[in-house]
Amino acid sequence: MPFKWIPTLAAALMLAAAPTFAQDDTTLGSLTISAAMARATPPHAPVGGGFLTITNGGDEDDRLVAASTPIAGRVEIHEMKMDGDVMRMRPVTDGLPIPAGQTVVLEPGGYHLMLMELTDALTEGDTFELSLTFEKAGEVTVTVDIGPRGMSGAHGMRHSDG
Amino acid sequence: MADMNMRRDVILALIAAVLALVVMVGGWFLVIAPREAEVATTLGRGDYTLQATDGTAFTEETLEDGPSAVFFGFTHCPEVCPTTLGDIMTWKEELGPDADALRVYFVTVDPERDTSDILGDYVGWAPGVVGVTGSREEIDKAIQSFRVFSSRVPLEGGDYTMDHSAYVLLFNRDGQFSDPIRYQEEADSALRKLRAVLEG
Repeated sequence: MPFKWIPTLAAALMLAAAPTFAQDDTTLGSLTISAAMARATPPHAPVGGGFLTITNGGDEDDRLVAASTPIAGRVEIHEMKMDGDVMRMRPVTDGLPIPAGQTVVLEPGGYHLMLMELTDALTEGDTFELSLTFEKAGEVTVTVDIGPRGMSGAHGMRHSDG
Repeated sequence: MADMNMRRDVILALIAAVLALVVMVGGWFLVIAPREAEVATTLGRGDYTLQATDGTAFTEETLEDGPSAVFFGFTHCPEVCPTTLGDIMTWKEELGPDADALRVYFVTVDPERDTSDILGDYVGWAPGVVGVTGSREEIDKAIQSFRVFSSRVPLEGGDYTMDHSAYVLLFNRDGQFSDPIRYQEEADSALRKLRAVLEG
């Protein structure tokens, strides 16, 4: 697969770009949550994707077990995978592990928070509150920026090409 | 003697190389090239009858009315579908007026939830994109005709999501399949493929 490196590069570019539109980092115990963002949704889209980065600076493993927000009926943790040209999505049951000393990135093309039963379309430039519940660290609320709609890794790559 | 053996080995290796080349070239002309030609003329062909959100019928004949881009998705799709719609808008902007002739169809793989009204709203923000839905049976016929993959995945609480092929299929003005654009394909390559169907 000659394109194997593309997701890695795209991820690297997205990480590099992240600080420019991220809110301040939020800390909860030894966890740091950063780059919380969502994509603007088409009108009447029933679902949206939420993305963020969680760093576990402690020496104890933790686990993201739940999330909720006033703008969605419920939130699930999903993993998106490209299997050849087929997009597959699976709910992450039993929570998303946040191992000690590691950073887990929820990003397009990988893990994301699936915001279901949206009360309204997500509009670029707006923000919303998102509560995260961790098995050990407990609960924290972060502010999520809403970015543009068509924001794929491909766009990041195009910018890098100049 | 050693010299003779070596010369014999070289000759054998040359013969093997020539044979391998003959097999590869022959394979191309006998197997791969006809299959590609076959895909070009048969992909998207079938007896499906669907409804487009612009009020027209969507059938195999729709493909013959000019260059088109067809992709399959559903509105309960957090990432790939809105991103693909956004990508298509970006490609059209970059191509400028040349892209006006391109018709874009978003065919749902989830007709149970994606009624014509819901789909029309969903594609409404992307100018020129037309949603396509129909009965489960007709959608399944279209899925088969376009040789895409789609499968229903149950979620908690009786909800479900859909796995599906994430590429955009390009057809030229005669309705012949030209190229797929893969999810997150580089813009240069996508634009090249689009120009080919717009000019061809």
